[in-house]
Amino acid sequence: MANYQGVLVCCEVIDGQITTTTKELLNIGRRLCDELSQPLSTLIIGTHLRETANETIGLGAEKVYVINGSSLSEPHPDVYVAILTELSHQIGPSIILFGHTDIGREVAPRLAARLKTTVVMDCTDLSIDLHTKKLLQTKPVYGGNAVAVWVSEMYEQQVVTLRPKTVGPAERETSRKGDIITLNVAIDDSMIRSKLLETVKEEVKGVKLEEAKVIVAGGGGIGGGEGFELLGELAKVLGGTVGVTRVPCDEGWMPVSLEIGQTGHIVNPKLYIAIGISGALQHMAGCSGSKWIVAINKDPEAHIFKEADFGVIGDYRNVLRQFIDECRALRK
Amino acid sequence: MNIIVCVKQIPNPEIPPDKFRIDPEAKKVIPPEGIPPVISPYDERAVELAIRLKEKNGGKITVLTVGDPSSMSVVKHALSMGADDGVILSDQAFEGSDSFGIAYILTKAIQKIGSFDLILCGRQAADWDEGLVGSIIAESLTLPLVSLVKAVDIIEKGLKVTRVTLEAYQVFAVSTPAVLTVSQEVGRPRLPSGWGIIAAARKQVPVWNAKDISADLSQIGGVAARRKMIKLFIPERERKCEIIGGETTAEMATQLANRLTEVGAI
Repeated sequence: MANYQGVLVCCEVIDGQITTTTKELLNIGRRLCDELSQPLSTLIIGTHLRETANETIGLGAEKVYVINGSSLSEPHPDVYVAILTELSHQIGPSIILFGHTDIGREVAPRLAARLKTTVVMDCTDLSIDLHTKKLLQTKPVYGGNAVAVWVSEMYEQQVVTLRPKTVGPAERETSRKGDIITLNVAIDDSMIRSKLLETVKEEVKGVKLEEAKVIVAGGGGIGGGEGFELLGELAKVLGGTVGVTRVPCDEGWMPVSLEIGQTGHIVNPKLYIAIGISGALQHMAGCSGSKWIVAINKDPEAHIFKEADFGVIGDYRNVLRQFIDECRALRK
Repeated sequence: MNIIVCVKQIPNPEIPPDKFRIDPEAKKVIPPEGIPPVISPYDERAVELAIRLKEKNGGKITVLTVGDPSSMSVVKHALSMGADDGVILSDQAFEGSDSFGIAYILTKAIQKIGSFDLILCGRQAADWDEGLVGSIIAESLTLPLVSLVKAVDIIEKGLKVTRVTLEAYQVFAVSTPAVLTVSQEVGRPRLPSGWGIIAAARKQVPVWNAKDISADLSQIGGVAARRKMIKLFIPERERKCEIIGGETTAEMATQLANRLTEVGAI
């Protein structure tokens, strides 16, 4: 394959629905392809995917590669790496785009290693250099203290993961046309080096963090599990949900599944209330897209006050009790 | 069970953002003055996991790092926690290597060591936040990989490994040898004991260069780097914080509710 071109978006489908992150990849993928005048393709792996295939066409894909197989309903990184290696050789995309998700984080580096090419993880911007037509890959480094821009000049194929919620989802236009190509890939045991025994998903009570309009988040300053009851009460009054930083997870006060930050959930609610949170950039990486950020902290020197729109310096318990009453009154 | 743990020395990631400096011309981070570098926190947890496995099942832990001679401090730290041996991989030819180059150097060193059941790496280094090296080593050695690991149990035919996901976890069975990248959910690393520190101080840590590991020079250093950094900058903080005034916290709370209502946030 001499002529590498176009962008291939690796789609994720959960319960028959393409994920929001996938729609974001289609948005940025479409933009890159328009700048390059090259085609946008998608890859969908799983079962009964015709409807999803049509949806990605509506969202901007010109070609959809569908890989059907009942053994593929549960994403297995080994299988994805093998399929993508084969497909990347066959169809020759110049940019292979993943979300920086559970599956993307593992598959992207391994695919790059097999394709003997380069990869940049967790990008927050992708654009095309007007002169060289090369892909500029922007990525926060040092936990967000700095930002680096990379270019890979020597490679005709490259792999990238995009941080969720850095762009909006692609808009669907039903008039768009595209081709659906169904491929059969034989899955043999030699592809699989680890056996997936089970996938456990915690039941989310109430609103999912990614979809919440209001998040009341607590950090080490909450001082223990019981303090989070007050945060939960505020979240309930505001119709939102509770999130946490690394410290409450490490201390065992709260489940890891609520962690917001570089290694947890990436959120962008309308209102983010950060309580007892120092404002470590690794945490801010997960919430800096929020429309309004409120910081409540007793330490006036806390870095969070440099990241917030409104700040209250004081003991969170006293502030919250009154604030919850105020919000209740407003809701009536 | 013989375990190899790959660790990296990095500038302390806990430094306050206003102390963080870069040289935008050289596209380099300036190490903060007076704050010593540390073992990358995820790597420290990989060492912790290795020690726990050794406590249960016996075996030997060897720590590898690529870096200049000052990296001795992170190897000694791992030894003082309870690792048995350490090796520093240091050579001018290694400088400027990207993740593929580093993974190549580590792979060559692992092949020189020869016998192992498990390779552990941190899920990512807390400086460049890439999360590549462990995966590339697994691919180079054609070994099973489980990333973002929070727990490992030894089972009859290998390992039962729990991988952290956004929504909870997955469980994999792998045969050994295997590569695991370790996430923070493994739990807090132990503090070195006094005796551990003394024992670590006495241990000899060999330094291997490119020749010692028979490295192909075309695979390492800046010339082999697969990509080029064209810009490094410190992002602008866009928000300006309005501190809510008031005599009492109750007054502040009322004022906060008023301001949030005014801007339409609630």
